[in-house]
Amino acid sequence: MDPETWQIISLTLGVAVLSTVLILPVGVALAWLLARPGWRGKSLVETVVALPLVMPPVATGLILLEVFGRHGPVGYWLEEKLGIDVVFTWRAVVIALAVMSFPLLVRTARVAFQQVNPRLEQIARTLGAGELRVFFTVSLPLAGRGIVAGTLLAFARALGEFGATIMVAGNIPGRTSTIALSIYENVLLGHDSTAYRLLAVSVAMAFAAVWGSEFLMRRRAAAP
Amino acid sequence: MKRRFSTLVLTCLFSAGLAAPAARAVDVYVSAAASLGDAMKEIGAAYEKASGDHLVMNFAASSVLARQIEEGAPADLIFSADEAKLDDLDQKGLLAAGTRKSLLSNQLVIIVPSDSTLGIASAKDLTYPAVKRIALGEPSSVPAGIYARTYLQKLGIWTAIQPKVVPEENVRAALAAVESGNVEAGIVYKTDELIAKGVKPAMVVPVKDGPDISYPVAILSESKQPAAAKKLEDYLESPAAKAVFVKYGFIVKP
Repeated sequence: MDPETWQIISLTLGVAVLSTVLILPVGVALAWLLARPGWRGKSLVETVVALPLVMPPVATGLILLEVFGRHGPVGYWLEEKLGIDVVFTWRAVVIALAVMSFPLLVRTARVAFQQVNPRLEQIARTLGAGELRVFFTVSLPLAGRGIVAGTLLAFARALGEFGATIMVAGNIPGRTSTIALSIYENVLLGHDSTAYRLLAVSVAMAFAAVWGSEFLMRRRAAAP
Repeated sequence: MKRRFSTLVLTCLFSAGLAAPAARAVDVYVSAAASLGDAMKEIGAAYEKASGDHLVMNFAASSVLARQIEEGAPADLIFSADEAKLDDLDQKGLLAAGTRKSLLSNQLVIIVPSDSTLGIASAKDLTYPAVKRIALGEPSSVPAGIYARTYLQKLGIWTAIQPKVVPEENVRAALAAVESGNVEAGIVYKTDELIAKGVKPAMVVPVKDGPDISYPVAILSESKQPAAAKKLEDYLESPAAKAVFVKYGFIVKP
């Protein structure tokens, strides 16, 4: 494969890994909270988190563009105070991927937490463990496979993100042009062979991620 | 039984169509460059009233239009922002012989957001480090981008500017990027700048210095409505249409 294709693949993997790592702690914490029985505003939080899953990705991208653009509330602050450029850079790609894949992680991890037998957590508490200790020694290990499966799903979603990315990060070769954007670009340019090569790569990566996720889910379901 | 019924319906529809071909209003599919959007919408509305035909307009970068037509998208007339796209289509036998003509020209303009304080006044100023990003049409396929690249190459500053380029899908997307203030500058057509809000011209490239911008129109060989398409093509050269093009800032070719 030519260096340009490698560059596109490594950029795509890089931003997908980074966005997944970034959402992991927040996503797991939120999933745990959402698995707790009713608290005020829970259904509102649940709905907001699910929005990127059901909204047109381009619409999510537009919201991000308004927020992180130079005249947007966050974008203006980042640029003025910290000198950080977001829109049309790799950072914008990471933000788009994180927002788009976040619901997949949270929803999968929430189900995993809900399936942890509350009696086990209760027993740990009666033995004197604090909430934090219960979480790290009981809830988290028992929900572990589900969390890994959710992480893989989120990662797979990040690999293929298109609509939000093109809105907020543009399609800049070598900087923000991920596999999905490059496929689109190459089809428009009539470079079909490059597009097909990238297509094969993305099929292989998505297959591996989803298959891995399925595999973990099945093993978890089979476990006693 | 069901099949026989649908055959009957189809036969009726066809004979109804054949019986009154002259009086029937037809759909004419027009693929036009993104930069022609506003002018063609106005001309199209007037033409629909005058002719009774209905225009289905598809606006995109000419490179995208050419690609769509190669892939079999329905189109009767193409109005491109550069000659190269029609050369490609012609080589593939997709243009109806003798229907191609160049109608318009345009100028490039360097634009900046209205609140820009960078003091950009010439193309050379785009090489300033303060100018971090420049929105262009994709410079290897979108006509506005190709024209901009050609101009910057002629000035010998393309290699300095290339790393800053934010390639956009069509010229209107480049305009929008400057309007949003997320890039420091952009190069679009004069006609885009004239209809834009939130941008100001930093420098209009004089016709004699800029690339030779040409907007050719042609009827496609696979057109299902060649007669209606011809009527529309002729209308584009009428004084009424020319007046609209001039109003939007195009240079009408003699």
